[in-house]
Order: sequence, then structure tokens, then C-alpha cells
Amino acid sequence: MAFKIIASQCTQCGACEFECPSGAIKFKGESYVIESQKCTECEGVFDAQQCASVCPVPKTCVPA
Amino acid sequence: MSAPAISLESLSTTFGDQLLGTMKPGGCASSCGSSTKPDDTDPAVWEKIKDHPCFSEEAHHYFARMHVAVAPGCNIQCNYCNRKYDCANESRPGVASEKLTPDQALRKVIAVANEVPQLSVLGIAGPGDACYDWKKTKATFARVAREIPDIKFCISTNGLALPDRVDELADMNVDHVTITINMVDPKIGAKIYPWIFYDHRRYVGIEAARILHERQMFGLEMLTARGILTKINSVVIPGVNDEHLIEVNRWVKERGAFLHNLMPLISDPAHGTHYGLSGQRGPNAMEMKALQDRVEGGAQLMRHCRQCRADAVGMLGEDRGQEFTADRIPGEVTYDASKRNAYRELVAQERRDHVAARSEAIGLVKAARPGKSVLFAVATKGGGRVNEHFGHAKEFQVYEASPRGISFVGHRKVEQYCLGGRSAEATLDGVIAALEGVDIVLCAKIGNCPQDQLAEAGIQATDAYAHDYIETAISAIYTATSGAPALAATA
Repeated sequence: MAFKIIASQCTQCGACEFECPSGAIKFKGESYVIESQKCTECEGVFDAQQCASVCPVPKTCVPA
Repeated sequence: MSAPAISLESLSTTFGDQLLGTMKPGGCASSCGSSTKPDDTDPAVWEKIKDHPCFSEEAHHYFARMHVAVAPGCNIQCNYCNRKYDCANESRPGVASEKLTPDQALRKVIAVANEVPQLSVLGIAGPGDACYDWKKTKATFARVAREIPDIKFCISTNGLALPDRVDELADMNVDHVTITINMVDPKIGAKIYPWIFYDHRRYVGIEAARILHERQMFGLEMLTARGILTKINSVVIPGVNDEHLIEVNRWVKERGAFLHNLMPLISDPAHGTHYGLSGQRGPNAMEMKALQDRVEGGAQLMRHCRQCRADAVGMLGEDRGQEFTADRIPGEVTYDASKRNAYRELVAQERRDHVAARSEAIGLVKAARPGKSVLFAVATKGGGRVNEHFGHAKEFQVYEASPRGISFVGHRKVEQYCLGGRSAEATLDGVIAALEGVDIVLCAKIGNCPQDQLAEAGIQATDAYAHDYIETAISAIYTATSGAPALAATA
């Protein structure tokens, strides 16, 4: 269970990186990437996935 | 990097000629207007705004700002914004060609300070939200403050995260903050903001707008309490919040806002914004002026805004951002204060003279008795003078002369008549349309052909006041039509 970022839609604003409670999001090469081993889908921490909640582009942070 | 665009020698020739060479002090250059500040401004406030081109209309003739796009993250969505698309030729808020790290931003600021002597203000205006993307904003200011201690810091924010940052802003001597406030009624806000991200969750609808509104008012009050000057930007969206902005003006005035800036909505399907795609139109120049006139007497209006990009560089009417892209900035740059210091000395002298000339010109206009108001469109490239050719102007600054004096009312963007891509004829039609409502055009030079065509459209154009101060030229024409004694053209 993890989220992923659709790179072609990402604006690279980086908001997801500093909202992620698990430190799972990093800027790699040309785009932001979610490390699936670290992503918890925010379970037990927040009601909604933080990356998807803050992302300005619909359906860009989605279940992997 | 290529050869410097401005050398100190050219500084003294271009600016010296422009600022000093054409300067012919009037009879009372220092006696009847000794202060360089406008008469009705508090001295402590004037000290803060005198070099800030956005907070002082007078300063924007002399000083330049730059924005560094270090803060791309945003915590709200606005229906007029889409940060996904960028075009280097577009000039509108929220747009930036390249995002910078704080270290890249520092190098860019030094490179610009070395080349653009007018630089006085460093602003962070996104392209997201400076208070939300706070770590990068703060790191950028801290680095620049160490290298260029006399540069002024400024931020622009939607206000949602502002209350959390006010104390740190005060600590870092950020004494200018712009908050974008488009509503004080959440029902109207719900039509402008589809969602906000606050306290780790997304809010929508009226609840989202209510939270945003409360945070904006709280942040504004906190800034006022700390003596930080605030400018309120409001996007004028016809049929959504245009009438409502009169109430917004009243609210922000009550909470100590220093300036209120009514900005026309920029809406185009190609921008990919909700408003662009749904066909929401922006207001035209005359609608803007009508709204500005209706809030006259409330919070003081900013009328010289150019709605610049999140990576703009230069005087307000120009954008030199393309000269300072990351690939043009060397890895190591050292700040050289000499040009900025030389320019400041030049400006200090010139401004004393300008203030005296303006005060004399306004006095004459007030004393004249035509009892009507006249709109002037002025072609200028800075220094407060009529010094741009008609055909080279990319914009005209519009002034109103009336028994109340001379006031700056805004600017009109045009396609350059001489360099337009289409036929000169079609371009001139566009210029004439952009000058709707204007009575007289003042410029440094104009040909017979465009002059005649403007006359046919009811607009009188003249280059008789080339290189005079704008107010001096306006006063001369205005008083001549009223039979009162006119200031002679000094050019």
C-alpha cells in the first residue's frame, strides 16, 4: 500500500514533499517520487493522504 | 556571462542624461517643496516606502524590484490561477519560468544588483505562496540579507499561513507584505476558491472560504499591530466580486491596510485556469476606473500595478527576467555596491527637483478654473518625465487633471506602434482602442500620420513637452485651456 505521483501531471511545486508525514517524497532527477517502502498512505496519522490533499492537480497523487 | 548590460560609464550617460542632463530646475527648486516626500504622507511611513516601487507611485519612476521564484508550493486553489503552464512572454502573477533554490536565488539577486542599479526591493511572490512554502522563503531572505544589507524585503501571500509567520517576518525586517484578499463574504469566496489545504486537510465551499477569510483578517491585524505596511491585492472578477470589493476596501481600511490594489482579472482559455476555460471575462479599463473611483476616500488605492510575474526583474513596466536566467548566472558572483550607490545619489538629487516641480504644477492646476477633468496618457521610460517616443511605447501612464490637482490613475498596455508584428495601421487602431476615454497624449516624439489619426479619434497628441516632468507638462496644457497663467515648457 502506497501512493505514487503521475510525473507528467506534476507541477513540481513540492508541497507534497513537506506535507508527507513519512518523509517518503523526494525530488529525483526531473520529478517528485514517492518511495513505496516508506509511504503509509498516512494511515493512523491523518484522515486523508496529505500529498493528494495538497496537490494542485487532480488525480496526480494516486494509489500505486 | 555576457558583457554587462550597464557599465558605470553608461550609467552616468544613460541615467545621467535621462535624469540630470534634461533637468532644468525651476525658480524655486528647493524653496517651495523642500521635502522629497508628498505633502500628505507621514514621515515614518515615507521612509519605508520611498524606495519601494510598488508601495509608492512616486518611487516607481526611479526604482526597480525583482521577484525570485523560490516558493512554488501553495495551500489554496484559486479559479484564476494555474501554475502548470508557463510562457516567458506572459506577464501575470503566479507565472515563473524557472524555480530557484535559495542558493540559486542569492546568486541571481547579486547578479541583478550588479547590473540593475535601480534595484531596491527583493520580493517573493510564489509562484505558490511565500508564507506556506516558508522554509525556502526564509532561507532566501537570510542569505541575501548577509550579502546586500540595504535591499528591502517584501512578500506576497494569500494569507492562509500568514498568522503563523508574522513574528518571523518582523524579526527579518520584512516591512512590506501584500495579501491577496478577494472577498470578505464566504459565499462569494466559495465562487473564487474551489479548495484550501489547512490543518492537514482539504476544505471546500463556504467552509474553506470562511477559514481563509478569518485567517486573512487575523494576519492583516497582526501586521498592522507590528507596524508592517500592508498592501491588499484584489482581483476584480466582473459579476463575482466587483461590487463586493467596495466592502472589502472598507474592511481592510478598518484593519489598517496601507494600500488597496484593484487588479483586473486576467482570463484566457490558453492559460488553463478555471475562469479562462469557463469564459469568465475580465473587466475593461473604463470599468476598472469606475470601480476605483467608487472606492475613492476609502483605503488608499495603488493604481500603478503591472501584475508582474513571480520571477519579474526590473522597473515595473519592464521585465528583464530573460537577461538573468539560471544559465546566464555564473556559479560565483560577488556583490558590487558601487552602481546602486551611484544611482541612489543621482536619484536623491533628481527627486528633490521633481517634487518641487510637481508641487508647483499641481498648485497651478488647482488654481485653474476649467472645472472639468482631463485624462492624459503619457509615454515615459522613467524618471517621471515625458521621454518616450509614441511609437516605442509599450504602455501609457494615465493621469487625471481636475480642480483637485493631478493624480495618477493607471496605465494602458499597447502594442508598440513602430514595431508591431501586424501592419502599423491595425496596430494604431489597437492603440486608439486602448486609449479609450483619454483626451491628450504626451510623448517625446510623434509623427504626423499617427498624430492625425489620433486627432480623428478625438485624441490630441503632442510632443511639445518632450523631456519635461509629466506634471509640468500636464499643468501647462490644463491651465492653458482655462486661461490661467501656464508654466512655460522647459524643454
